[in-house]
Amino acid sequence: MNMMSEAAVEKALDKKMNDMTYKMIGNDVSVYYGEKRALFDVNLNVRENTVTALIGPSGCGKSTFLRTLNRMNDTIEGCRVTGKITLDGDDIYDKEIDVVELRARVGMVFQKPNPFPKSIYENIAYGPRIHGLARNKADLDQIVEASLQRAGLWTEVKDRLHEGGTGLSGGQQQRLCIARAVAVSPEVILMDEPCSALDPIATAKVEELIHELRANYTIVIVTHSMQQAARVSQRTAMFHLGQLVEENDTDKMFTNPDDQRTQDYIMGRFG
Amino acid sequence: MTDVVSSPAGVIDKPARRDIGIKRRYRAERRFRAYGIAALSFGLLFLALLLWSVVSKGYTAFQQTMITVPVEFSEQIIDKDNERATDPQKLMTANYPIVARNAVAKALGVAENDTAGLRAVNQMISNGVRGQLRDMVLANPQIIGTTQTVSLLAAGDIDSAFKGQIDLSVTEQNRKISDRQVGWMNQLVEAGALGKHFNTGIFVNGNSSRPEAAGVGVALIGSFYMMLIVLVLSLPIGVAASIYLEEFAPKNRLTDLIEVNINNLAAVPSIVYGLLGLAVFINFMELPRSASLVGGLVLTLMTLPTIIIATRAALKAVPPSIRAAALGLGASKMQTIFHHVLPLAMPGILTGTIIGLAHALGETAPLLLIGMVAFVANYPTTPMDPSTALPVQIYMWANEAERAFVERTSGAIIILLLFLIVMNVGAILLRRRFERRW
Repeated sequence: MNMMSEAAVEKALDKKMNDMTYKMIGNDVSVYYGEKRALFDVNLNVRENTVTALIGPSGCGKSTFLRTLNRMNDTIEGCRVTGKITLDGDDIYDKEIDVVELRARVGMVFQKPNPFPKSIYENIAYGPRIHGLARNKADLDQIVEASLQRAGLWTEVKDRLHEGGTGLSGGQQQRLCIARAVAVSPEVILMDEPCSALDPIATAKVEELIHELRANYTIVIVTHSMQQAARVSQRTAMFHLGQLVEENDTDKMFTNPDDQRTQDYIMGRFG
Repeated sequence: MTDVVSSPAGVIDKPARRDIGIKRRYRAERRFRAYGIAALSFGLLFLALLLWSVVSKGYTAFQQTMITVPVEFSEQIIDKDNERATDPQKLMTANYPIVARNAVAKALGVAENDTAGLRAVNQMISNGVRGQLRDMVLANPQIIGTTQTVSLLAAGDIDSAFKGQIDLSVTEQNRKISDRQVGWMNQLVEAGALGKHFNTGIFVNGNSSRPEAAGVGVALIGSFYMMLIVLVLSLPIGVAASIYLEEFAPKNRLTDLIEVNINNLAAVPSIVYGLLGLAVFINFMELPRSASLVGGLVLTLMTLPTIIIATRAALKAVPPSIRAAALGLGASKMQTIFHHVLPLAMPGILTGTIIGLAHALGETAPLLLIGMVAFVANYPTTPMDPSTALPVQIYMWANEAERAFVERTSGAIIILLLFLIVMNVGAILLRRRFERRW
């Protein structure tokens, strides 16, 4: 690929983003943990082929919102979600929707790299296998290779596919987890502070990867680092005390935000 | 700019003299370590004492005194009227002890008309020779009329005396072996006819009132059946119950109550399980008494709480991030548990199971209540047949009066301890194997 076409791709993606094709729409989303309310009527739309960064001080509800998008909150005892979230127009909290299928379409990468204590190959192959994405061994091999290549890990691990995934470095493990999420061909990838356990070099690699993944996936990323949000995202949403303060283009957000609280947070006055 | 408040009288400006008693702290630490080492040594001392006492008393049980003499399978005695072709019972019921007695008497040069002498000779050989010679003849009837060299089982008292366990310095009236028999014993030793052989009988024989013929064979089979039943029942039930409680069950009052009760059950004295088994399995369900099936069921009830607690702990120890990873990939709850959580919990589950089994293997009290304390000489072929168990056999032998049973009791304890060691080593190896995957 040469520089021209890459820029052209970028431009096409930005155009698609500005066409306001919403991949996921959150409408009056509230989350309760038992009696405690963690999110207050959040209206946030996620645009297709866009990296949306969720920022805000600790405990502001950004991770909670992220986890409502693939119903990972279901696994928490006493957690209740109200409001409506749609994926391509379908309500994901509808009784008809199978949560297993939803999670195959909305993948997730966690804060701490959590590869299975199995081989690199098995880590990637697990998802396609349970979803029946590969008809035979050759198919599976191909998915594994493609996923690792997409996560920029192929050249580093191709000679040790059958060694343990937990033997990789932290950054490699996190890219392995991204490859694992990619392997089931999701439409949306949720990332919950994916770089918080990584050193700056590994972080840079993951950020670069996120940037590349934008071409094929819609990405929502929770981050504590302003710089990271500014570097990787096109849209940024700011949360505070369980409420959505502001959602805007990242450039605008970091130069001239509409809300004073955003301004204060970005300037480091609180949080 | 804020003003720096100067501290009153400059207390914190001066370098502080810390009085934290470094020496005292080190002394306390050394003292604590000394306590630990003392406690450890105390425990090791008693372990060594136990092993020494058991092994020093019991190792002789694995040797058995035999009298090796030429035995004439006299047709006169075995089958005088030559009826063996028509009457198959003839060879079964022939008077083999006389054959053996005559062989030893001949070797000792005791006259055939010395009735008292012959009786004394008879006391030197075990009653077990009846079966021994009968089996030889039944296996090969051609040996009737020939003379074969046979190692005959010596009587328990001769065995004890030869092993030096009977004090021969006391007067003749105060011991069970007469001076004449001692003389014969020494005569046989000098001729090289009397000596110690490896005692296979203790492993294969059933119980016997004669120590030289008694073995733990029946007990081993009984214990084996019971362990099999315990394993087959308690592992799946225990693991299924734990998985349900840990992963699926809602956390409410009822499950809390169940959890508390499982923990309590683990602490219930085992004899109570025996009573339960007696009431439910024998009186109500009318299963046979003394059967290893009932024993296995009772021990299953006893082992279940142990396995459930160990399994739940092992499941809890699996990092939640693994569950999140699998769920996040779209695995169902079942897939998450069976593909990821259970394999990781396996070492803990197996260790808990083997420790539970080892506990069950050594359990005696509940088995006494369900009638497994019976005298069983024949091998049980199914778990429904009367049987006994290793620890119960030890208990029964410990109650016997004869000197030769003392070493057999210790010998059986050694066998039981060996099985326990093997099981524990197995637990450790399994653990290592599963843990060292990466």
